[in-house]
Amino acid sequence: MRTGTLRQILLITDGCSNHGEDPAAMAALAREQGITVNVIGVLDQDTIDENGRREIEAIAAAGGGMSQIVYAKQLSQTVQMVTRQAMTQTLQGLVNRELKQILGSNASLEDLPPDKRGQVMEVVDELGETVALEVLILIDTSGSMKTKLPTVKEALVDLSLSLNARMGANRFSVLIFPGKRSHVEKLVDWTPRMEELSAIFPKLASGGLTPTGPALREAIAYFERKRSLRSWIGHGDEPYVEESSL
Amino acid sequence: MAMSHTWKSHLCSLPPGTIITGKWHGHSYRLLRRLGSGANGVVYLAENGRNRVAVKLSDDYASLASEMNILRRFSKVQGAALGPSLLEADDWPSPFARGTIPFYVMEYIEGEPFAVFVRRHGKEWAPVLLVQLLSVLERLHEEGWVFGDLKPDNVMVTGPPPSVRLLDVGGTTLQGRAVKEFTELYDRGYWGLGSRKAEPSYDLFAAAMVMIVSCSLGPIEKKGNGRAQLVALIEADRFLSRYKEVLQKALDGRYAKAAEMRRDLLAASAHRPTTHNVRRQTAPSRRPSRRTNRRRKARGVVETVLIAALLLGLYGFYIYRQLSM
Repeated sequence: MRTGTLRQILLITDGCSNHGEDPAAMAALAREQGITVNVIGVLDQDTIDENGRREIEAIAAAGGGMSQIVYAKQLSQTVQMVTRQAMTQTLQGLVNRELKQILGSNASLEDLPPDKRGQVMEVVDELGETVALEVLILIDTSGSMKTKLPTVKEALVDLSLSLNARMGANRFSVLIFPGKRSHVEKLVDWTPRMEELSAIFPKLASGGLTPTGPALREAIAYFERKRSLRSWIGHGDEPYVEESSL
Repeated sequence: MAMSHTWKSHLCSLPPGTIITGKWHGHSYRLLRRLGSGANGVVYLAENGRNRVAVKLSDDYASLASEMNILRRFSKVQGAALGPSLLEADDWPSPFARGTIPFYVMEYIEGEPFAVFVRRHGKEWAPVLLVQLLSVLERLHEEGWVFGDLKPDNVMVTGPPPSVRLLDVGGTTLQGRAVKEFTELYDRGYWGLGSRKAEPSYDLFAAAMVMIVSCSLGPIEKKGNGRAQLVALIEADRFLSRYKEVLQKALDGRYAKAAEMRRDLLAASAHRPTTHNVRRQTAPSRRPSRRTNRRRKARGVVETVLIAALLLGLYGFYIYRQLSM
């Protein structure tokens, strides 16, 4: 079994988008390209409005990922938990697909007797430990998110601490939206470690726009750009997880 | 995960008397009360005939299956149990869920959580229980595992006589991998004092934190420099400061094995608190005080006199026997 690279987008936001495409549609687009979209909604003291909650859940559902709505204080724990669980979920999906090929169309983890499940999970756990992971973190820096950014930064350092304890390789990239000139601005290029995330979030352009949809679209393109660049140079041998690679 | 929150809250509030029947083995369990709930499941006290057991239900097949793997491994380890022993695994075709709900049945460990026990019975129990805990951890580490989510709630004190048992193996990880599950306060990564790689020193950090938290009052939250804050906490408490060196060494990850920490903890406990509150218990050869030197000399003299008296007595006895024969 070859292990490839899992690709995830982690969207951190605190409310509703109000500009551009429907973010759920963009998340669905990402999923089609093998990228999982996870969403974390960050609260202040207050509760999130119903529209915001619905949108967050819709994006994650369309992107095949997980969503969590938490207070800023719990962010560190949530970010690493969501990322890991989404990873397990993706791997489990892949293993389930394998199972179906072997055992027939109806077989999945749930249909196996409990004792057999353990053996499957051992494979999933093993993969989760060794698989290479690319996480693109997409941070909403509009309006009310500003006060939460120090906490977000802490959570990202914590995330890299968790993931770098694994045996598999990791790469992180951080994009923020809205950007100064375009929808999205690159803050940190692909890097294996975020502990050195010294870049303070720049002076942010304030404006009423929250272009979550366009930001997601550009995030997908960011994965693509890297891949095409790579194949151009001739390093295209790094396999991405597809059905065939397992 | 595609699970609704209502379903989860439903799982957490099953009324007492609910009967859970497994679809594979057909055994039934009657729920008595909820024992606790965590990120990936809820545990109920239940009875099966006359036996009391703990039943863990979850909406997550995967994490439940992982946990069972670990429990199964531990039941194969010779000697005392490292966690609760696994009795059965099954699925419950529940009336309110779309599919079935996976569950497993394990031994019910009755007792008080570490911190509750220490608060009720006195701080002097903390090092005693910690020494026991370190023996358990030592065995776990020898088997190639790290417990991971070590915290007062996961350390049960059963008895009498009081003895510690580990609960909730959800965080238990093979050494060399990334710790699966942890609680911020007991996680050295959170305090900026190390990685989340599963190695024995990860558990020993948490063990030191268990003692610190159980012996200090009030909530602890990280502010600024983690290490300085923890050291200040130890120094603020007269009882804890007696164990300062051991605790500090564990916090810094300078113990490679649980047995080493256990030995130092025992040594620190053996020292009676005298007029000198804080005593160095490192090798006395480093800077022996004059007083201990003098005492040692006096003891030498007494020993010599005793031996001489014994020899004289024996000789006298010998002479007496010779004469009387």
